[in-house]
Amino acid sequence: MKSFTKVTGVAAPLDRANVDTDMIIPKQFLKSIKRSGFGPNLFDELRYLDEGQPDQDCVGRPLNTEFVLNLDRYQGATVLLARENFGCGSSREHAPWALDDFGIRCVIAPSFADIFYNNCFKNGLLPIILSDGQVDQLFVEVEAVEGYQLAVDLKNQKVITPSGAEMEFEVDAFRKHCLLNGLDDIGLTLENAADIKAYETRRRQEAPWLFDAIK
Amino acid sequence: MAGKTLYDKLWDQHLVRQNEDGSALIYIDRQILHEVTSPQAFEGLRIAGRKLWRIDANLATPDHNVPTTERSGGVDLIVDPVSRIQVQTLDDNCDDFGVVEFKMNDNRQGIVHVVGPEQGMTLPGSTVVCGDSHTSTHGAFGALAHGIGTSEVEHVMATQCLIAKKMKNMLVRVDGELGVGVTAKDVVLHIIGVIGTAGGNGSAIEFGGEAIRSISMEGRMTICNMAIEAGARVGIVAVDQTTIDYFKGRPFSPTDAQWDAAASAWKTLVSDDDAEFDKVVVIKAEEIIPQVTWGTSPEMVVSVSDTVPNPDKELDPTKADGIRRALQYMGLNADQKITDIQLNRVFIGSCTNSRIEDLRAAAAVVKGRQVASTIKQALVVPGSGLVKAQAEKEGLDKIFVEAGLEWREPGCSMCLAMNPDKLGSGEHCASTSNRNFEGRQGFGGRTHLVSPAMAAAAAVTGHFVDVRELMSN
Repeated sequence: MKSFTKVTGVAAPLDRANVDTDMIIPKQFLKSIKRSGFGPNLFDELRYLDEGQPDQDCVGRPLNTEFVLNLDRYQGATVLLARENFGCGSSREHAPWALDDFGIRCVIAPSFADIFYNNCFKNGLLPIILSDGQVDQLFVEVEAVEGYQLAVDLKNQKVITPSGAEMEFEVDAFRKHCLLNGLDDIGLTLENAADIKAYETRRRQEAPWLFDAIK
Repeated sequence: MAGKTLYDKLWDQHLVRQNEDGSALIYIDRQILHEVTSPQAFEGLRIAGRKLWRIDANLATPDHNVPTTERSGGVDLIVDPVSRIQVQTLDDNCDDFGVVEFKMNDNRQGIVHVVGPEQGMTLPGSTVVCGDSHTSTHGAFGALAHGIGTSEVEHVMATQCLIAKKMKNMLVRVDGELGVGVTAKDVVLHIIGVIGTAGGNGSAIEFGGEAIRSISMEGRMTICNMAIEAGARVGIVAVDQTTIDYFKGRPFSPTDAQWDAAASAWKTLVSDDDAEFDKVVVIKAEEIIPQVTWGTSPEMVVSVSDTVPNPDKELDPTKADGIRRALQYMGLNADQKITDIQLNRVFIGSCTNSRIEDLRAAAAVVKGRQVASTIKQALVVPGSGLVKAQAEKEGLDKIFVEAGLEWREPGCSMCLAMNPDKLGSGEHCASTSNRNFEGRQGFGGRTHLVSPAMAAAAAVTGHFVDVRELMSN
């Protein structure tokens, strides 16, 4: 997995609550058997005026020129500023894959849906929860100043605004460790293989019906 | 010390290792695989040279992409080439890794959340995961079940465990008795309307109370299925005799002496009387009447006798803005009566409402009636081949066809429109599915979530109507 230490970049404000995973990446693109290439279809129904198809070349499709990620001032954004319950809906990991493929490295919101939040960490994408007041303030600043950039420092758990103001955020210690070092969960878990086997031996005694049934 | 909740018990029983940093390793008894969220996981295993930790913990079936029209020609004849590759890839991966799969034309194939319980793959006290957020469905049986992303699918394949953090305990208690014509779907839509689409974020919701106890297993599945629409990955119902009876004689259920041991272990899967919940919400069953969503989030729901909300009366500016945006997308007017919403299509199916009881409820309403002439299409998509066979045995298929509805092959179908079943832009649909997000059922499509009986009533009248009015006639 790609590591995340510090990211500084243009922040784009997506000012609506309950942005769901169908909005982030519509279902027709879930038919891919790959992990990459979802960036051109990120927010497809908001970004374009026509209905997108899988494997379609998106260059030349009619753009919704009012959509925030289509505005000149937010081109190259790496930080997405969002509202509450971002990423609600399905478990599709295609949502963080699409954000990542588009170039977003960090999403800041007052709250996230659980599965999406979890999926971000598996893909080198950092979801940051700030208070309603802090997010409101960032929205005001981002919209007021063209070229507004945020610095996100995971090691010190801080979001730093252009004026030097710092906003601290919480992150689970294990997830932080994995993200900072780009660690793959499976390898780490397999280091505990003996524990897993011991559990299974015990569980086979307690609940044998949960073993060897599906064949 | 306070007693344990059901969620606490399930967590403790599956704890492999508690790490110092607060994360834990949780053992997973069952994983269900489908074609959309598994290909990248199988590919990850292949690249790393890993095998499945426990092949017998997995069961696969294609559901999201499969056509629901005549498909005896098999996978090769799936018209959409991208869907065809995905379904074929699942078949190939399961063959390569030795996973039991109910392929497209196996009569046990169906929607993962219908098939798992139906086969006795899901069992009380088990942990169940699937790369699909509606895995919360299986919590209806006193199982700890939730959706996961593809990286976690691969993690479970390779390690039989998940790295997890304990959720909070939330109790939603529905006291009293449900009225005639009020179903599990109305109960859960009402709950979501009360607690909101983020109300259960970070929590495992236990659904309890007299009304929940009186609901069948099918209905409890409908309720737990939509826990995720209230933000909770986990929905759960305590085990009782209804739960235990459900599993007798299912293909993967325990038998003989193991059955007795299992049944007695399952009886302990209830929250202790003195268990403490972080949050408790109490709902009165008598206050619930048939529900209809008007907007683009499941929390945008009202009773069928109500009107569409008016954003000018909403004090919270973000909410008012959300209402305005939803009204515009849905093509509705503030203060419009719900019963005045004209419909174009009807969809009866999905992991929320495609079980035999759902089909019986819908058939009872359409029997002897005709689909309204203004309805372009009314689909009935059973949740599995076995549900379909049972319905046909009961003659439900004939009732639907005679009334002018289409009787289809099992799959997810128009719930998320990954196959050819979809809404046209601007079309209104009475749907028994679980999400009314923008574009969910087709680009520009307008979804209204309802119970199977309400969808059936809408099909024969062409607009929403309180199904209880049809029942009394």
